[in-house]
Formats: sequence, structure tokens, C-alpha cells
Amino acid sequence: MRYIFESGFFASGPVHVALAVGAVIAITSAVVGVFTVIRGQSFAGHSLADIATTGGSGAFLVGVNQFWGFLAFGAGAAAFMEMIGVQRRRGRDVATGVVLGAALGLAALFLYLGTQSSSTTGASFTILFGSIFVITTSTVPALIASGLLALATVAVLARVLLLSSLSPDIAAARGVPVRAVGAAFLMTLAVSVALSAVIIGAVLSTALLIGPAATALRLTKSPVKAVVTAAVLGVLAVWLGVVLAYDSFYWPPAGRGWPVSFFVVTLIVAGYLLTFLRRGRRPAPQDSAFQDGPDAEHACSAA
Amino acid sequence: MATEFLRLENVSVRLGGREILKDVSFKIRPGEFTGLIGPNGAGKTTLLRVILGLQPVTSGEVLLDGAPRPHRDSSIGYVPQKLAIEPDMPLRVRDVVSLGLDGQKFGIRLPSRARRELVSDMLTAVGAQRYADARVGELSGGEQQRVMIAHALISKPRLLLLDEPLANLDISSEQGIVSVLARLARADHVAVLLSAHEMNPLMPVMDRIVYVAAGRVAVGDADEVVQPEVLSRLYGRHVDVIRVHGRILVVAAPEGVDAAEAAAEDNAVEDIGVAG
Repeated sequence: MRYIFESGFFASGPVHVALAVGAVIAITSAVVGVFTVIRGQSFAGHSLADIATTGGSGAFLVGVNQFWGFLAFGAGAAAFMEMIGVQRRRGRDVATGVVLGAALGLAALFLYLGTQSSSTTGASFTILFGSIFVITTSTVPALIASGLLALATVAVLARVLLLSSLSPDIAAARGVPVRAVGAAFLMTLAVSVALSAVIIGAVLSTALLIGPAATALRLTKSPVKAVVTAAVLGVLAVWLGVVLAYDSFYWPPAGRGWPVSFFVVTLIVAGYLLTFLRRGRRPAPQDSAFQDGPDAEHACSAA
Repeated sequence: MATEFLRLENVSVRLGGREILKDVSFKIRPGEFTGLIGPNGAGKTTLLRVILGLQPVTSGEVLLDGAPRPHRDSSIGYVPQKLAIEPDMPLRVRDVVSLGLDGQKFGIRLPSRARRELVSDMLTAVGAQRYADARVGELSGGEQQRVMIAHALISKPRLLLLDEPLANLDISSEQGIVSVLARLARADHVAVLLSAHEMNPLMPVMDRIVYVAAGRVAVGDADEVVQPEVLSRLYGRHVDVIRVHGRILVVAAPEGVDAAEAAAEDNAVEDIGVAG
């Protein structure tokens, strides 16, 4: 154990905060992420992350905690995306080319101005790549409350989200306000992106959102199992990332430490890649009475 | 005779200046198997969407049990033509059927034994119990149709709407689906309204036909509706009805050829469209 947990790990205040806040955020991201992947909205998540970058750097410039910048811009962007219909293909093209470019351009300006005036060059790094060890204690309650709020929203929407992913028409026919549910989910996505931006940075926040979810979807078949698996994987990645980052103070270059984001993202990617080692999970072919697969269909339409 | 469950009265739908449905009237009684037949683009899907309340009408009325269709209604089950779902989505067949019970509700529900049994019974009823634990996105078209029929039926609807359920199916799954539906209509008294561009697989089970062409409908039993005069009036051009080996072919003349011209030129069969 001594080799895994360097001395002082469990006594360190920032470590406590990092582990606790990290767990809440990892669970939120993973759970929201599962629904994001099911709904095919990973792109929306990425867009929100780009725009949150602008918010975070703007907040830094005016001297507000970055989380509020991430949150305000993410939520604003979610509302805007809902308006222009980013779900549609053309909406996406416009959003990618124009809106995200403009947002990151602004982020560059804010970061430049901010670092010029206060000469804290570390700020750019914190906004872009996060820093779980320097979470301001005063924001901890807000972070945890936002996470719980996002989780509660997903719990309330879970069934209608699944039904509308299966078929928006069925959902609408049964009285689900599909558009409003979509908007509420997009807002939740924005909150979740803002949260993960705090710990692994705005640029990487989609990794914590999509990575554990995508891995869980490869391993499980039911929505409940997918959500639980993603949450466990997310927490593991963040906690292991924190441990390794703490340990890395003793690695070369000595006394500097490696960024947590690097470990978290690497662990997530490694976990995802490991799922490809599993194989032979597809069920054995069914008997001929139920064989109406694509081959049979082609043969029939060609005849 | 039982009174009708669904009644459409002079329903017209205009979309972007184009008249999609003109003056459509028909009714559906409980336990009745109705085929919504017509070529692609005739307005079948729009008609189904009107009944589901997804498409507002320009004029006319949709009545359920004699009253205007309520906004939220669980007495109509719907099986869409295609699912918007990828193969790797974590939704098992039993999850999908379970969503049929209360997928429109907010909040979390706990699993229960009663629900599990209900889902299993439903899957057995449509012959889908063998793949109850498979991901729904990995199933073939015919298998997905069965699952979605179970999904629609579990909330005990009085009318089941199906949008082209036989499209892209091979013959054996086609017959499987048709017999499942016919059994439902007969045994459970569920009215079935099914759209199809090809009427022949449905001939043995259809009580009535609502034939749609160019946004208008002709309604009646198969012998009344599938007649050259009726369909020619509907299409607005000459239509032949050819019966061969118990199969019916509806053959419409190209646009611009009216009934009189075509009658004079009965041999122009080669270059005309077949609408099954």
C-alpha cells in the first residue's frame, strides 16, 4: 500500500476535497453521459464544453470563480442550441463552423487579457485542463448541489428520455412533451459539462462525460446496469487519477507533479480500449423460424 | 353491431400549400382489421399521424368514442415503421416492452415481479420471448416489429396503428406478423389499422380497406373497393385491377392518361406503374 498511497495522501485537505467532489462529479457525468450517448448527443456535449471554455476564461478575467463562468455560458449555449436546433444536421454544421469557432476565439482573448493583467499564467491551464487540487472550498457546496440537481433531473426524466430515444413519435403520441424534455436534458448536460470542467478542464470535460458511458454501453445490456457501471468507472478513473497525480510529485521532474486530467483521461481511454479485448458475447444464431435477418431480406427483395 | 371506436370526419391536411389529405372520412370498430392501402406518398403516414394526434388537421374532426381526440391518450397504440435506435444501445427487448406500460411517466419506478411477468406474457403473445434479453437494436426488422407490437399492446390499447410493418420483411416473417395481428383483432378485440403499399399478404385477414391515393380515400370491404371504377376515380386516372392466382395487382396508368383514353389503349401495360 505504501507504494500506491504516498505518505500524507490521506492527511491532505485538498485530497479530501478532490476525492469527495471528484466522486460526485464523476457520478453525475457518467449518468448524464449514458443518456447523452443513448440520445446521440455527444456532439452537443462537446459544443457545450467549447463554449464553457469561453465562460471559464471570462469568469477568470472578471475575477469570478470559473465554475460560474462554465455554468453560465454552458447553460446559455444550451438554450441557444435548442433555439437553432443543433440536433439537426445543418444546425450542427453551422454550430461547428461558426459558433464554436467564435467561442474559442473569445476564450483566447479572455485568457490573454486575464493572464496579462494578473500574471498568473497557471490560470489558462486550470481553465483548459482543470485542477481538482485547487478547488476553492467555498464553491464545494455549489458543486455538490449542482451535481445532485443534475442527477435528480435525470432520475425524473429517465423513462421519457428512453422512450423518446426509442421513437420520438411514440413518445409524442403518448403525451410526452418531447421538445421540453429535450431542452431540460440539454440544460442538465450543460450543468454536467460545467462540473467536469472544474476537475479535468473545459477542453477535456467531454472525456469524463462520454468515456465511462461509452465503456459501460459496451459492457452492459440494460439501462440500469449501464448507468451503474458508468458511474463506478467514472469514480474509479477520477479517484485513481487523484492518487496517481498525488504520487507523481515524486516522479520526474521531481517536485512538479503531473496533471490530474492527464491521468483521468488516460485511465478512461484505457478502460474503453480494454473492452475490445472481450469478444464472443453475441448470442448464438437463432433457429430458422426466427431468421429474418438482413440476408434473408436481401434475398427476398432481389427475387 | 358494435359502435365505432374511431371516426374521421372530412379530415383535410394541407402542408406548405400542398393538399396531403382531402376530405377523408371513415370509421373503425373494435376488433376490426383495417388495411390502409395505397402507393408510397399517397398520404398513409400523414393519416396515421393525424389519428395519433401528431399532425394537426386543417379541417375536419378526429373522434374517439364520439368525442374529439384528447391530447393525452393511451387507448391508441402505435408501431412506427423504424426505430430510432443504434445496435449498441443498452435497451433489452424486455426494457422496451416495459416502457410500453409507463414510458411516458416521469420519475423512477422500482422493478416488480408482476411487471416482469406481464412483460414476459406479452413477449410470448407476439412470439418474441426467445430474444427477451437481447438488445433491441441488434434484432432484425421482423423481430423488432414483434417487439414493438408487444410494446404497444402492453398498455391494453383499443386500437393498434402500424406504419408499414411489412415493409422490408421476408415472406415468413411477414406471415408471422400478419397472423399475430389477426389473432389480436379476433381474440382480444383490439382494432388494427395497418398501412401497407402491398395488399396481398393482408387479403386473408382484412375486414375492411381504406384505400388511399392522391390524398383521398375509398372505404369498404376488399371486393367493393378494389374495383377499376372505384380506384380510377380515386387516382384520377385509369386504373386496372388484375386478379391472377388469387393475387390482386393494381395497375395505374401514367399521369395525364384519363380513363377513356386508357380504355381505348388497353395494351399499354408495359410502361405503367404497378401499385400492388
